[in-house]
Amino acid sequence: MKYLTCILITISGLLFSLQSNADLASFDNTLDQLTTKKLSTKLEIIEQIINSQHPRTEFILNSILDGKVYYLKSNKNVLFANKEKNKYVTKSLLNDSPLGVYSKRKLKKVGINNKIRKKIEQALAVLYLYHADESVRLKAVKDKYDYVTQELFDVIGLLIKTEKSEDVRDAMKIAINIYLLEDSNPVKRINAIENLKDSLEPTVKTRLKKLINNDSDERVKLKASQALVEIQSRTDIFKTLEVIFFGASFGSVLILAAIGLAITFGVMGVINMAHGELIMLGAYTTYVVQLIMPSYIDISILVAIPAAFIVSGLVGILIQQGVIRHLHGRPLETLLATFGVSLVLQQTVRSIFTPLNRAVESPEWMSGALEINGILSLTWNRLYIILFCLVVFAALVLVLKKTSLGLQVRAVSQDRDMARAMGVRSNWVDIMTFGLGSGVAGIAGVALSQLTNVGPNLGQSYIIDSFMVVVFGGVGNLWGTLISGFGLGIINKFIEPWAGAVLAKVLILIFIILFIQKRPRGLFPQKGRSAGG
Amino acid sequence: MKPYKNISKIALVASLAAGLSLPVLSAETIKVGVLHSLSGTMAISETTLKDTILMLVEDQNEKGGVLGKQLEAVVVDPASNWPLFAEKARGLIEKDEVDVIFGSWTSVSRKSVLPVIEELDSVFFYPVQYEGEESSKNVFYTGAAPNQQAIPAVDYLMNDIGVERWVLAGTDYVYPRTTNKILKAYLKAKGVADSDIMVNYTPFGHSDWQTIVSDIKSFGSEGKSTAVVSTINGDANIPFYKELGNQNISASDIPVVAFSVGEEELSGLDTGPLVGHLAAWNYFMSVDAEENDEFIDKWVSFIGDEDRVTNDPMEAHYIGFNMWVKAVEKAGTTDSSAVQDAIIGVTTPNLSGGVSAMMPNHHITKPVLIGEIQSDGQFDIVWSTSGLIAGDAWSDFLPGSKDLISDWRNPLRCGNYNVKTAKCSGQNY
Repeated sequence: MKYLTCILITISGLLFSLQSNADLASFDNTLDQLTTKKLSTKLEIIEQIINSQHPRTEFILNSILDGKVYYLKSNKNVLFANKEKNKYVTKSLLNDSPLGVYSKRKLKKVGINNKIRKKIEQALAVLYLYHADESVRLKAVKDKYDYVTQELFDVIGLLIKTEKSEDVRDAMKIAINIYLLEDSNPVKRINAIENLKDSLEPTVKTRLKKLINNDSDERVKLKASQALVEIQSRTDIFKTLEVIFFGASFGSVLILAAIGLAITFGVMGVINMAHGELIMLGAYTTYVVQLIMPSYIDISILVAIPAAFIVSGLVGILIQQGVIRHLHGRPLETLLATFGVSLVLQQTVRSIFTPLNRAVESPEWMSGALEINGILSLTWNRLYIILFCLVVFAALVLVLKKTSLGLQVRAVSQDRDMARAMGVRSNWVDIMTFGLGSGVAGIAGVALSQLTNVGPNLGQSYIIDSFMVVVFGGVGNLWGTLISGFGLGIINKFIEPWAGAVLAKVLILIFIILFIQKRPRGLFPQKGRSAGG
Repeated sequence: MKPYKNISKIALVASLAAGLSLPVLSAETIKVGVLHSLSGTMAISETTLKDTILMLVEDQNEKGGVLGKQLEAVVVDPASNWPLFAEKARGLIEKDEVDVIFGSWTSVSRKSVLPVIEELDSVFFYPVQYEGEESSKNVFYTGAAPNQQAIPAVDYLMNDIGVERWVLAGTDYVYPRTTNKILKAYLKAKGVADSDIMVNYTPFGHSDWQTIVSDIKSFGSEGKSTAVVSTINGDANIPFYKELGNQNISASDIPVVAFSVGEEELSGLDTGPLVGHLAAWNYFMSVDAEENDEFIDKWVSFIGDEDRVTNDPMEAHYIGFNMWVKAVEKAGTTDSSAVQDAIIGVTTPNLSGGVSAMMPNHHITKPVLIGEIQSDGQFDIVWSTSGLIAGDAWSDFLPGSKDLISDWRNPLRCGNYNVKTAKCSGQNY
């Protein structure tokens, strides 16, 4: 790999002054050839760019990766273009000098395929080994695990001596040892296996398997299989942890969707089929908030939480006052009427926002994953949602147990007439309770907007699950909802790998049906006089 | 010029008719039925197709209509409700007396209207890629059959990318199940071992992809090049790709080739994590062709939104609509059996610069394109078949259908003729 040394030199800036004007002109020519449609030619040109010692190489490669390199249809000049309000502002790739503003139809993008993308990423990874940012260096080393060559081995061997970060050094050690697995000396190979036996990187596993199958030396084979057994048993532990995490995160989504229902259905006894649509309204609120503050995506989601609570809460109160109040004590009619309301809400959203899904962007701090090791990585969005779910739950429990509103809600739900006789305004309490339950549904919508599509049908897919969780947990019991949500989530994720997603859902439903036969009041039935009513 | 002549004719007729009664006026238009869901789950995809037909009708009317008559679109909403499709189709044919229907997206809705269309002997155009294994006298399939989408995509992955391990992931209904059955048979015929194929089905609208993506990740980390062939439908795609991105699986590690993800689906989406993943279609908005530029201009100005995209089923309707117009002109009447006979062999330009033809099995010829998703929600075409591929109604890779052929010309006139037993078994759906 000749270009590696070249890039090294480029980095150190030794050759900058040596570049002649003739070179620049030919580099310009190379760039203009990017207009070719043949991807194999394009690959060659990219290689030329990588091999060139041009100081703008990194910028050009990154721009191509980001899809910001275009050419003018008229004269086939290759340039950098950035979209600003339906127009493309262009500048030169070589020296940033502005080249005018064009409409979309005048330009054509320099497209690349996966092969080229990989090539560029590989080239950039070598550059990034020298990056000032520790996490970039770490990623660069990890990206190279599968592609350690003699040259890279030498470079990493040099770099490891000056590397300050321990994480990066560890990764470099793994890279070096992966290379040594193919050393001609069996002792070195055994040594490398010894050094790698604590690593959970998938690359290590495949390389060890290769050794077991192909190595000429029996000792190496033995050592490799021992290491593999050890790695495998550790992998299994982490896999189980992963499943539990998946289950907990799935469970927290269920809890978020169900907890509003646990209040309106559980505490008030109202079957609200429009509950899912209140969740959907919360998700759309997130979208609207994001539209209003497009340059603050990172905090817009925090603004959306109270906004969604208010929007869904108000709509909930409207439904309660307009429909449910008049159907007090007639559950069948309430069910049908609220189902009708849910259809009305869906079609309203469809008319306002079109039936197409809306894109809610994830803030930077919620994307990606927390990598514990090569096997276990926890995605940030799921982690935050588990956390969020627990916070919402705690807040609700506090409201119901520690505030006067909570006291009145409990009083009304246990014995309406007695509560009224004691001076509780039961109508007002109904409004507040329903508003609270609906508002919480809206908050769930904010969380769901980060996981799934924001579209008119969002609510429908969660209404069944919500009822399932509440009924299984025991109507009227918030703690029951929490435990049944996590329980069902984790059971589901343990069944899924061997039964498939469809069957897992079926099995869970069968389990709940059987369970309800045995204990009709769920996991934690409400006790006391109200239980009879 | 003919169009002008026609317009004056129409003006004459119209002015005459205005003096008479209303029914006569309506009798002078040719009615085109549009049977696409405008509400419910499928509205997301089908609303666009309704608008496409309205645009094509308007355009044709500006050119002078058909047979000297103006076209009139009759739009109904089957609301993503499969039995309602049959009911609405009957209404269109019996009550509104339409001469042709353009409609449906899902296979189950097509299967629902099929008996009605056959009973009332109408003409029906179906614009979406589907699982094949069907050829009706009354239905014209302008979307791709499996050999026009799935098989070439697998060929591309196998020969150009060097994929050795396969994940066949799909939503749990008829199209993915049949397509995957065909693909599995095809892969095995190519020498792929059973242990190198993983099949996975998920319910409609599945949103919790953690386990499956994690399974795919470990399936793909065995040192062999792995790809996912996705027949995941509609909404479920977005959380699926999001999860891939979150678990750091990029397209250069494990590419996903999708058969149901197009420009329209991507337009409501942050495409960051999707860049480099693939889709196989017969048309992409980014196709470089004169006809395509014209079509996009027309569409954007018809819909009044610079950012609206075009997609493959829209092209299918474009081809189907123009074929029908040509067939009616060729037959000189809108009578359905005359049109059914006349349309076989009709050719019209498609949007990718070629000319598509209606085959005797009621499928059409199309090029197959593979595109990679770009950050702007468009596809860059990385591969295409050298010529047009004729749609095959009955897959050669399924034991039940490999001996069947379909030919609606004389003397055969059969949708499922068995070449071994020399018998036509009639339609079975």
